[in-house]
Amino acid sequence: MNHLIIAPVLIPLVTGILLLLGTGRPPRVQRAISFISISAQLVAAIYLLSVAAGGDMLVYALGNWAPPFGIVLVLDRLSALMVTITASLAFFSLWYAVRDNDKPTDSLHSVVHFLLMGINGAFLTGDLFNLFVFFEVLLIASYTLLLHGGGAARIKSGLHYVLLNLVGSSLFLIAAALLYGLTGTLNMADMAVKVAATSPEQAPLMKAAALILLVVFGLKAAMVPLYFWLPRAYAAAAAPVAAMFCIMTKIGIYAIIRMYSLVFGDEAGVVANVATPWLWPLALITLALGATGALAARELRLQIAYLVIVSVGTMLAGVAMHSTAALSATLYYLMHSTWVCAALFLLADIIMRQRGATSDRIITGPRVKQPVVLGTLFFIGSAAVIGMPPLSGFLGKVMLMRSTVTDEQTFWLWFLLLASSLIMVTALSRSGSTIFWRTESRTTKASKTDKLALSAVMALFATSLVLSFAASPVVQYTNALAEQIMQPSIYIDAVLNHQTIEGVHHD
Amino acid sequence: MEILISVVIALLTSCGVYLLLRGRTFPIILGLTLLTYAVNVFIFMSGRLNPGASTIIGVGERYTDPLPQALVLTAIVISFAMTAFVLVLALRARAELGNDHVDGRNSVEEVKS
Repeated sequence: MNHLIIAPVLIPLVTGILLLLGTGRPPRVQRAISFISISAQLVAAIYLLSVAAGGDMLVYALGNWAPPFGIVLVLDRLSALMVTITASLAFFSLWYAVRDNDKPTDSLHSVVHFLLMGINGAFLTGDLFNLFVFFEVLLIASYTLLLHGGGAARIKSGLHYVLLNLVGSSLFLIAAALLYGLTGTLNMADMAVKVAATSPEQAPLMKAAALILLVVFGLKAAMVPLYFWLPRAYAAAAAPVAAMFCIMTKIGIYAIIRMYSLVFGDEAGVVANVATPWLWPLALITLALGATGALAARELRLQIAYLVIVSVGTMLAGVAMHSTAALSATLYYLMHSTWVCAALFLLADIIMRQRGATSDRIITGPRVKQPVVLGTLFFIGSAAVIGMPPLSGFLGKVMLMRSTVTDEQTFWLWFLLLASSLIMVTALSRSGSTIFWRTESRTTKASKTDKLALSAVMALFATSLVLSFAASPVVQYTNALAEQIMQPSIYIDAVLNHQTIEGVHHD
Repeated sequence: MEILISVVIALLTSCGVYLLLRGRTFPIILGLTLLTYAVNVFIFMSGRLNPGASTIIGVGERYTDPLPQALVLTAIVISFAMTAFVLVLALRARAELGNDHVDGRNSVEEVKS
């Protein structure tokens, strides 16, 4: 079963090609293939999660080339969790999409699977240049998805997104080339060993490479001052795409956790923890600006996009604190924010359709068709994203606030986290009351929302309840995960001592 | 030789960055292209400057690192595809928005200001 580790890359690749060949087939067929594939991915991801939970590191040498020369896939607790989050998010987004929310069907499903291939590959790979390649795979898929459906707003925000990410890719290559030139390796575990032995003369170049990488990952994660592309792009995207994109910022956060704990972590000698002094203030500014943006937004989807930025700031602050407790809380919060923000994007789409021409602008408009159901869902979603008990956002924030160590950390994090929560309460209660209560007496001709599509939103919100009521096993897992991450030697030993299968290469 | 190469990379990068900061899509795409040229040469140089040496061990007295050559090939292919994509997108934006400004300004006055 060792080969199963590559399933999260292969299943979407094969599905994507199949769907591409099936262009022109009836939507029914395309949707069925897409949905069966994502179900299979979810099963594979959960199996991998159960394997990783035992604490074993699974190393898979592609083509049986021994590390550090060949490319390796590495499954540890962190990558298993990220792959599972991705699969579950895609499962619910596609569930919503296949209920006739995916027009034009032909171009959506295949590209979603290529995106999944890129994301899963980025989470699993243990090679820096391979990480770049998977980043490009997921980026080109995301460019197409962002433009899905066309229209001036999408083209405009899409152009910004594409141009910025192309510059980001160039920077990534510069950093990778610098690191290769300095260490002579691209395997992350091997690089960690070489970086730890950096001589003081090479320290400035090494620092430059590490911080250029931080800019690249910061752009993906939407960290200040690199987040300006996000709100408009997410607000303009089609609903299933916007929901899928909730994992995109987390890829940047994953890469930051991975690189700055494994390669530039505590044991990196002259460049130890080089990113931390930058991460902490930038995270807090991201948090503050995101909350301000949510308050100022005049459209519901734009407001939710700013809530994504608030969650990015919160998680980066957790990463910057660089302790087992903080990292565990960050990962818990990451699960919560991915699922809840995705659910909010889908809900905003439903609300928008039922309000007709008023769309998602936060102004007085016609009543929605199903005020009770949608209103309740909006209330639950807002409570979850703000962080009200008994939902998961509350637990995540409490764990983060309890993990502060120094007085300075406590002051800034408590102040900004609580203030941003208050601002979010104000912003969301304003939009909720305007959309559901201050309405005109008429309704639009829009039909009621499909029950199954609505149930996808409900299921995503239910994950928030599950996360808080099953918090004990979840936190146990994230604690174990954080301990594994804080000891990079486990990862390094597992990769560098990996035995390839004998008798395959004859030379 | 080292100085020549670093001057070339620096020139390409600075021209690329200057063009990237322009307001219209065409110069930006040109800037991106220049930047990727600079990056490609830079990756190539991460294997050190070793003129006249082969990439295979045992052929000559000296050999050069083959890995950056493989990396730069990947980087060229990817940047080529991305440039093609962004060109089509820029043309589409020109058609949809009526002008080639990156922010899609609506009228001539707005573009001038």
